[in-house]
Amino acid sequence: MSETESAELEQFRNETRAWLEANCPPEMRKPATSDADVFWGGRNAKFSSEPQRIWFERMRDKGWTVPDWPKEYGGGGLSAAEHKVLRSEMARIGARPPLSSFGIWMLGPALLKYGNEAQKKEHLPKIAAGEIRWCQGYSEPNAGSDLASLQTRAESDGDDFVITGSKIWTSYANYADWIFCLVRTDPAAKKHDGISFILFDMTSKGVTTKPILLISGYSPFCETFFDGVRVPKSHVVGTVNRGWDVAKYLLQHERAMISGMGERGVGRPLGQIAADSVGTDAQGRLDDSMLRGRIATFDVDEAALAACAERAVDLAKAGQAHPAFSSAMKYYGTELNKRRYEILMSAGGVDALEWESERSKQGARPRAWLRTKANSIEGGTSEVMLGIVAKRILDLPGA
Amino acid sequence: MALILTEEQSMLRDSARGLISDKAPVSHLRHLRDSKDPTGFSKELWHSFAEMGFAGLLVPEEFGGSGLGFMEAGVVMEEIGRTLMPSPFLATSVVAASALNRGGNAAQKTEYLPKIASGSLLATLAIDEGAKHRPLRTNLQAVRAGNGFKLSGAKALVVDGHVADLFIVAARTAGSAGERDGLTLFLVNPAAKGVSVERTIMVDAHNAARIELANVEVTADSVLGEIDQGAALLDGVLDIGRGAVAAEMVGLSDEVFGRTVEYLKNRKQFGKLIGEFQALQHRAAELYVDIEISRAATMKALQALDADVAKAASSVAVAKARAGTTATRAVQEGVQMHGGMGMTDQFDIGFFMKRARVCEELFGDANYHTEQLARARGY
Repeated sequence: MSETESAELEQFRNETRAWLEANCPPEMRKPATSDADVFWGGRNAKFSSEPQRIWFERMRDKGWTVPDWPKEYGGGGLSAAEHKVLRSEMARIGARPPLSSFGIWMLGPALLKYGNEAQKKEHLPKIAAGEIRWCQGYSEPNAGSDLASLQTRAESDGDDFVITGSKIWTSYANYADWIFCLVRTDPAAKKHDGISFILFDMTSKGVTTKPILLISGYSPFCETFFDGVRVPKSHVVGTVNRGWDVAKYLLQHERAMISGMGERGVGRPLGQIAADSVGTDAQGRLDDSMLRGRIATFDVDEAALAACAERAVDLAKAGQAHPAFSSAMKYYGTELNKRRYEILMSAGGVDALEWESERSKQGARPRAWLRTKANSIEGGTSEVMLGIVAKRILDLPGA
Repeated sequence: MALILTEEQSMLRDSARGLISDKAPVSHLRHLRDSKDPTGFSKELWHSFAEMGFAGLLVPEEFGGSGLGFMEAGVVMEEIGRTLMPSPFLATSVVAASALNRGGNAAQKTEYLPKIASGSLLATLAIDEGAKHRPLRTNLQAVRAGNGFKLSGAKALVVDGHVADLFIVAARTAGSAGERDGLTLFLVNPAAKGVSVERTIMVDAHNAARIELANVEVTADSVLGEIDQGAALLDGVLDIGRGAVAAEMVGLSDEVFGRTVEYLKNRKQFGKLIGEFQALQHRAAELYVDIEISRAATMKALQALDADVAKAASSVAVAKARAGTTATRAVQEGVQMHGGMGMTDQFDIGFFMKRARVCEELFGDANYHTEQLARARGY
């Protein structure tokens, strides 16, 4: 039996729809076409367009950059049901997120759970307002899939830790204002037990970054070096040496974020994009039946994944989610996104091979295709995700 | 609306699971098969189903039913899928009840729906004619004769056709096979002159029949819905059946998977539990993800049906295609990971493989529904 929305929720939906209609600029009702077109906030943030600025500021003023965070920390204070309504109303008009931020997706949830009051008051409102841009110091040259073997060390010196070591694959470290970082505070302890989760300013003395050129020709990731960086001990989130708990909790959110990269149901259907280059037969069907089948199967899987993502959120809000479920979603979402781009490359044919030209928007498609190959590596490889599902959800032995 | 079960739905699941796992574990199906039971299901159990309100789950309260929705029907189907209980629930309580409720006039509803709710009438939709599910290719002819019609043609995979008290027959009153216009649904008494029924013992040991109609006379009152315009009614009813079968396949997949994971935790080879081998762990984990995705897609489809049957087609196509692919994978991995044991009749896993194959064909396989989605999206 269909449960009708409560009167209050119905009213919230109507008000939200009207507000979005009145306040979301038409230019912001389509997906960003490049990374430069995404607003990331931060001390040195620049808006790529006036509509982008207007949309961000209006949403920020309502607390809707982080709709479900408490109002006291700059959020919108929405309930789970209201947040779902807002998301569906934004999706209805194709409204893009006003602010993209590792602070929102990763650090914020971890601070809400593990941060002390002073840390929450200090950092959360600046994340919500897009004032501070964060980066993530997790992986190291010798600590990839085996993250807990990380070696960057933090030595106690009075009220400070002194941090020395290096990180790799630090996304946008060269643009970030602050970093949330895993450091080893007890080298004698077992590998999971001597790690702390610490926050510091990227302008601190001793921090340097070096962008890494990737196969896409872009440099979204950096090497990051710490040479005796002095950080107050009060910047540790949670308990010293218990940082792995915070790290794992944050990883759940990171994985949820990465799995979401595959959900782009708002643009034109893949089949229609393919029709432009491949052509159609007399019945209007793609003139490549094998490709058509691949696309249709992809569409089934994508729609099913979208339902599962929706359900994952509902389960989490109801307190029924398995904590490792984000690993399952991360695995499937990233593999699906890679499939999407393999299809797009195949559908685009020769046109999708151009790397440098105005016509190809500087090779937007092949570069994006190559970028997706990192999806099933970053934030934990597909193989690590399957291992987590096997061990923590299925409880298989010795995993 | 949240994509999780409500408290009431969880209670319904618990009571359905209690009854089914107690009275109809897989051994129940095995016994019916081995004893060559003439009906192929337990009438006694069907009466218990009716007493618990399941037979009339979708029947409106004014006709003696529970007036619940498709999510609830899916909850029951999922439990049926777990033990493979042969039951008139799908054909009678889901598909036929929906056809009568959505397409019936007042007299037809008053006559049939209370009997369905009480468990005293078994009904079924007769749709497929060829080897594959292609509703628009319906070619069973219905020609006007006096005030009524004469029906001639044959139907296959009529679920519960050998025990049904009422057939709902899709026929062609105009146009030719493949056309959307010209389809009409008829209520046909299996005892009418010219009807012959052949029970088909299928691979899954569930119940189905082939029926043949040779100049079967029906009155004008036997038309269900509109003459020549039955396609829309049929679409909705089939989508409801597809959503229900998807739910059955989710239950079936989940059960096979649970049994397989248990086996991985107990079977030793090379001095190790085989569940320690990463080759098997990763395949098990992939299958888990597949099942969760199919479960969510199926819930989404059932919710869409509850919201508006006429707008649920794409969600249903996704669910039936995805749940079918997943069930196929789950039973294959189930047999493979059970090794030689999985190949034996004595072991239950094979029953799941056989039922999954039938569920996959029922109301359109994954290819059919993937094709429907492609067409709906305009490529």
